[in-house]
Amino acid sequence: MNSREVRPPSGPRPSLFLERQSYRRRRLSDAARLLPFLGAALLAIPLLWPGDQSGSEDVPLSSAIFYIFTCWAALIIASLLFGFAAKRLGAAEDTEPETDRWQR
Amino acid sequence: MATLNVLILVCLGYVVLLFGVAFAADRMAAAGRGAWLRSPLIYTLSLSIYCTAWTFYGAVGNAARSGLEFVTIYLGPTLVMVSWWWGLRKLVRVGRSQRVTSIADLISSRYGKSNTLAICVTILAVLGGTPYIALQLQSITLSFSIFAEADPSGLYREGSSVFWVATGLAVFAILFGTRNLDANERHHGVVTAIALEAVVKLFALLAVGAFVVWGVAGGISPMMDRIDASEIGHWNVDAGRWTTLIFLSAAAFVCLPRMFQVMVVENADEGHLRTAAWAFPLYLLLMSLFVVPIAVVGLDLLPAGSNPDLFVLTVPLSQGNDWLAMFSFIGGFSSATSMVIVTAMALSTMVSNHVVMPIWLSTQEGSGSVSGDVRNVVLMARRVSIAVIMALGFFYYRLSGGGAALASIGLVAFAGFSQLLPALVGGMFWRGATRTGALVGLTVGFLLWIYTLLLPGMGGALMPETVLQNGPFGWSWLRPQALFGIEGMDPMVHTVMWSLSLNTVAFCVASLLSFPSPLERLQGAQFVNVFDHSVAPRGWTGSVAQSEDLMIMTQRILGTVPAQEFFQAEAERQGGRTSLPEPTPSFLERLERELSGSVGAATAHAMIGQIVGGSSVSVEDLLAVADESAQLLEYSSQLEAKSAELTLTARKLREANTKLTQISEQKDSFLSQVSHELRTPMTSIRAFSEIMRDSDGLSHEEQKRYAAIIHDEALRLTRLLDDLLDLSVLESGRVNLNVGGDTLRSVLDRAVSSALAGAGQTLTVQRTKASERIPLQTDLDRLGQVFINLISNAQKYCDAEEPVLTISAHDVGGQVIIDFADNGSGIPPEARSMVFEKFARVGVDKAGGAGLGLAICREIMQRLGGEISYLPGQGGAAFRVRLPMAYRQAAQ
Repeated sequence: MNSREVRPPSGPRPSLFLERQSYRRRRLSDAARLLPFLGAALLAIPLLWPGDQSGSEDVPLSSAIFYIFTCWAALIIASLLFGFAAKRLGAAEDTEPETDRWQR
Repeated sequence: MATLNVLILVCLGYVVLLFGVAFAADRMAAAGRGAWLRSPLIYTLSLSIYCTAWTFYGAVGNAARSGLEFVTIYLGPTLVMVSWWWGLRKLVRVGRSQRVTSIADLISSRYGKSNTLAICVTILAVLGGTPYIALQLQSITLSFSIFAEADPSGLYREGSSVFWVATGLAVFAILFGTRNLDANERHHGVVTAIALEAVVKLFALLAVGAFVVWGVAGGISPMMDRIDASEIGHWNVDAGRWTTLIFLSAAAFVCLPRMFQVMVVENADEGHLRTAAWAFPLYLLLMSLFVVPIAVVGLDLLPAGSNPDLFVLTVPLSQGNDWLAMFSFIGGFSSATSMVIVTAMALSTMVSNHVVMPIWLSTQEGSGSVSGDVRNVVLMARRVSIAVIMALGFFYYRLSGGGAALASIGLVAFAGFSQLLPALVGGMFWRGATRTGALVGLTVGFLLWIYTLLLPGMGGALMPETVLQNGPFGWSWLRPQALFGIEGMDPMVHTVMWSLSLNTVAFCVASLLSFPSPLERLQGAQFVNVFDHSVAPRGWTGSVAQSEDLMIMTQRILGTVPAQEFFQAEAERQGGRTSLPEPTPSFLERLERELSGSVGAATAHAMIGQIVGGSSVSVEDLLAVADESAQLLEYSSQLEAKSAELTLTARKLREANTKLTQISEQKDSFLSQVSHELRTPMTSIRAFSEIMRDSDGLSHEEQKRYAAIIHDEALRLTRLLDDLLDLSVLESGRVNLNVGGDTLRSVLDRAVSSALAGAGQTLTVQRTKASERIPLQTDLDRLGQVFINLISNAQKYCDAEEPVLTISAHDVGGQVIIDFADNGSGIPPEARSMVFEKFARVGVDKAGGAGLGLAICREIMQRLGGEISYLPGQGGAAFRVRLPMAYRQAAQ
């Protein structure tokens, strides 16, 4: 006697888990989406620097330039890498939707 | 050396080059060649019209005044580009799927193709754009004047030069911006020329920067020391301004009409955004890389009081590097011209589509079909609009006198355009945003911008000093630069904060309170869910008679040949034989979209409405659209249900199969058991009959004994076969019951006496005869058979010294319960489930029956509507027989 109950599958559902490559692509686009937030956070750091010209703790302009342009370049490079990686992993849109719900 | 004449010659040569490039690109695109015209590189470079003369000259001026603050103008767009996946991708997709012609068209299209809204946005764009154009004229003129100062001939006159610059730019914009009517088509010529200009201005600025760093300062390290030693050598950017300006430039980057034009309208492929996401920030970074060095060196080298906005020109000039200065001038000229051309194109499209065409249409009302050549009207409207916009810029420049610093004018315009942001973003992401909300929000933001920034910035002529100091009518809480009494804020931060926050609040509240029209709701769903479905709303119902009118109208807008081609294609799509397609809703919808590429969504909607007789978007249509998805849902749920049904059937089949297999196994084992049971007596019969046949000297005694054995075995066989027959009759259900009435007591009496008859009276039967007076209505013989079986079982198997069988009867809830319990050792637990099976015998030693007795009892009890079961926990073997009080109650 087969004691295990056979669960009736109810129609075609979007698969719950993706293949490895699709999964990578998904997480990559997640990272690309988070990039602007990282950028905004980095560019908000100058707000913490002392702004008045009186004290000796002032940030020299050359350091400020260095910091801001480095962040900027890093953002560009990250964006470039994401662009290339996304292209390499397959530019086509994902055809298989990933469902967020567990199968009932 | 660099006389004014040479300069003018170079300028003219450059403009001729641009014409040539634009013309060649148009020719190539028309011939179908030049795929590179649609490359991501060209797209990225065309985005660079963000960098106008304001950024080319003004960034250095800004850096010389307030250090690194200038960089905010570039950081905002960088963030927007990096986050293209969130916003720009959707914007471009919507723009392409709705064939949007301008930002006014997009907003009007989103909010139910409302022309009122389009006019509002157009007015805002013209008001904000005019100072911006004036700014470009000013920068070109200023740069001319620098060279004129050095020119001994002194032929230069400022007024006339501005006029000629404005005229030249207008001609260029008219020639290349209004060549084809379909504003949604790509303007390859203009875009390519702009890309060229982008390269020129970038290299011009880089050349000046490299000259300053390596030519003047002597390398990077000395340059850094020089920067730190200069008067702007410390980080002194106000935190509020830093944040506000980054946000403002990000907002303006999306909302500026010219940015919208190149980013959305001229976009040839959504994938270009992927490249532009890093390439455009890189461009901005390169543009701003040398700004601070140029400013610092300029502050060092040039006499105090010289205009820092022109350091890019004056620094090379002061070092005697005239050719570099010339190159730099061309760079500034490039930035100014490209910006003016695109702005003029974008604004003229808005003005002609949203202001001129509706007015013109209303004058044509009543005539049914449109008369006159609409193409010419639209094109003429565009050309005149460009001329008018340039003239406005020119007059603004003449009136304002061009005094204020470049950067501040630019920021004022930015703040104005950013008022579109709530309506734009809200429309893209929130389905609940309504036309009323957008109108109210825009109005609030726009008025606040004028009141707190534009008017105070224009000086005492338009806003008296007393108002600025004490507020209107002396209401101090309404002071333009300190609303609600909050003082001490930077005017720009103040304006952006109040106007945008109140704009957003008004937009949200009015949206929540108002109710959108059906068309608005349809458009809202399409915009917000553009990635899910790009189906247009079906809003038209027409009749055949109108096809011809539509044809005439379309010819006048698209031109004869394209219109005929379009109609022919539609007719073929419908499968008809005539050249005129049926005005089906889907055809009308495509036609409207086609027309909207030329004259804008609202106008196209109104024009078709004039012929077809009004839009018929109703709740029913909304429901129809909703129905489609509902049908899909239903279909899929039907499939799901069917599949579940199939699974259920399959499971039942599996179960049936298992049962069949079990039954088959049972049958096999039954057969083998029966054969076995038959074989044992047969063997002894055969053996003894052989002995009797073959042995001669058998005594009579022996013969008699052997014959008795054979007889016994034959009897046993007969009994077995009787039992089997009985069982098969019972199991097959073909048994006939002879229902009769009697009391339990007499049935038991008969059973006990016949079971104990013949055997030695070793078994004592205990009964409570008083409780047995229960009337029965059933097959009494069959019931008696069960009782006999149970009693003789007790007689056979009870292993007690003095076997006692206790029979007790109860009457419980309409059922008769009779228990047969003996005082033996009972049936071991593992065998209890088997005792009712066929051929099941407990203990092989006491061979008596074939093991069919209890199986027969069970079958009989089932036929009688009762049951027999083993009763554990009674000390010995105990069986319980249940029987309904009257047979007819249960055996229906």
